[in-house]
Amino acid sequence: MYSKDGEDYFVVDAHIALWDARPENQLNVHGKQFIDCFYDYHRNLSPESEVWPYEEYLYQGGERLMRDVFVDGIVDHAIFQPAALGEFYARGFGQTEEAWALTQAHPDKLTYNHNFDPRNGEAGLDQLRADAERFGLKGVKLYTAEWHGDSRGYKLSDPWTYKYLEVCRELGIKNVHVHKGPTIRPLDRDAFDVADVDHAATDFTDLNFVVEHCGLPRLEDFCWIATQEPNVHAGLAVAMPFIHTRPRYFAQIIGELVYWLGEDRIQFSSDYALWTPKWLVEAFVDFQIPEDMTEYAPLTTAVKKKVLGLNAAKLYDIPVPERLQLPDADETATGPREPGSADLAMAR
Amino acid sequence: MTAILTRPLTEPPTEADVRRALDSVVDPELDEPITDLGFVRSVAVEPAGVTVHLRLPTSFCAPNFAWLMVSDARDAVVALPGAGRVVVELDDHHDSDLINRGLAADAGYRGTFGHEADDSLDELRATFQRKAHTAAMERALTGWLRADPSRTEAAVLDVTLGDLPAGPVTEALRQRRAVLGLSVADTAPVLLAPDGSRPSAQTAALTLRRARSVRISVDGNAHFCRGLLATRYPGAEDDQVPRADAHHPALPLEVLP
Repeated sequence: MYSKDGEDYFVVDAHIALWDARPENQLNVHGKQFIDCFYDYHRNLSPESEVWPYEEYLYQGGERLMRDVFVDGIVDHAIFQPAALGEFYARGFGQTEEAWALTQAHPDKLTYNHNFDPRNGEAGLDQLRADAERFGLKGVKLYTAEWHGDSRGYKLSDPWTYKYLEVCRELGIKNVHVHKGPTIRPLDRDAFDVADVDHAATDFTDLNFVVEHCGLPRLEDFCWIATQEPNVHAGLAVAMPFIHTRPRYFAQIIGELVYWLGEDRIQFSSDYALWTPKWLVEAFVDFQIPEDMTEYAPLTTAVKKKVLGLNAAKLYDIPVPERLQLPDADETATGPREPGSADLAMAR
Repeated sequence: MTAILTRPLTEPPTEADVRRALDSVVDPELDEPITDLGFVRSVAVEPAGVTVHLRLPTSFCAPNFAWLMVSDARDAVVALPGAGRVVVELDDHHDSDLINRGLAADAGYRGTFGHEADDSLDELRATFQRKAHTAAMERALTGWLRADPSRTEAAVLDVTLGDLPAGPVTEALRQRRAVLGLSVADTAPVLLAPDGSRPSAQTAALTLRRARSVRISVDGNAHFCRGLLATRYPGAEDDQVPRADAHHPALPLEVLP
């Protein structure tokens, strides 16, 4: 819990990882390119005091993760969202066994989500059932630009993905975290387009679709589908650290999200180990929309409490002390939280 | 005929000529020239020909956009009289080998990406030309709104190109309209829905709001990509031409004090 100026904030970090990108785990140059890309994100968006040396960035291990994520007791609960990246790393990028052991040691603090890849066909469906039983899965993390043999991406609207989502529904895996990446087949289209999430969210209204990076670099496409699909949520992975280097841009992102989605479908995350949660939580509680941006309403304490933890806690049934809970807000001014009414509100 | 045959061979272009040609190559997502963004790593003009190296902010920038930029760059340099043999290469990208091989062999998009390419990148390019127009439209209309606090968002419905002040913002909008084949007459209404149609009075303000989210995406991505390039290639910031404030008067992105 984080406390400031007499207010208490229940904090859920909805996207963390325990990765291993050390050279001995890299299968090829892409393993190095991938972690180097992350490290440039880290260096570019972190305050100077929070920048780690490259060697430390490659791998943290469980002990350090617990220290970094839960330092000062600010974060109450964190959720693993592992990326497999089996074509880049010999033992995968997200370290399943280590993260799962840590989750078992701290069940009150950690939730373990796993991933699936629809291109694994029938065998993958069996694996998903086994994983759901072993990990007690409430959610999965999907990286649509995962490379797989000669395929370098898939869509949520692919027939095989639908088979996996049907199994998710059957097994009670109700939270699907979607992370868009740069490759997809065919390359004719924009790989960051979230139209496929729109299709899946329409056909699986009993599942929640959390779009990581709140759709960035296509914030506009994301906001539009989220306006129409009440089961689409915004994950703030990667968007959060803009609060430091580009606060006016962050103000616009959060302003747009609250405007289009309302305050109940936005989730805080540090994207650890890309960044660490402590400074992000502190900065967010202190943050306000600049006064000259009159197109956005100021961020209330209630909005901050929901974003920092209450919204994610609700999706994951994480117990929140009664005194810290808040009721849902009314519909947004843009109105259409119910599918079907959206097109009436906006000429295409 | 004789005159043509005996005329001296065309002089090779200078490095400045090559860079000027590259000014016409635009990053479709960011709607800015690759020269201003610092994506041109080097230009070498030798008697045998011209060699250009391009670089991007990350190894994992989308390969379809990367292809558009390097193939457009090659086309722009090849079109220079006297360029000779032209080599354009993309450095440090996950698809560098694939793209550079395809470009050298003149294999085209489909020949380069094989089964990953269905048809062409025309629709992708068109999608981002529409987004570029939407962002330019929002900048112009937000500027118009801020020029007089009594103006309302609903009133943007009736604003025409002729109502906009002369300057780079309006000029940028006119150029992007021309690319899409939209009217550039002074009487043409500025506010258009994503499909180019005119919104109704009821949807005017919402159309502007939606355009704003597009502009925020484009501007935010441009800002982040510039920063990442400088993080990845120290000194690259010196090659970047800052976006003139005049182009983005409404919402600058600089770090707050």
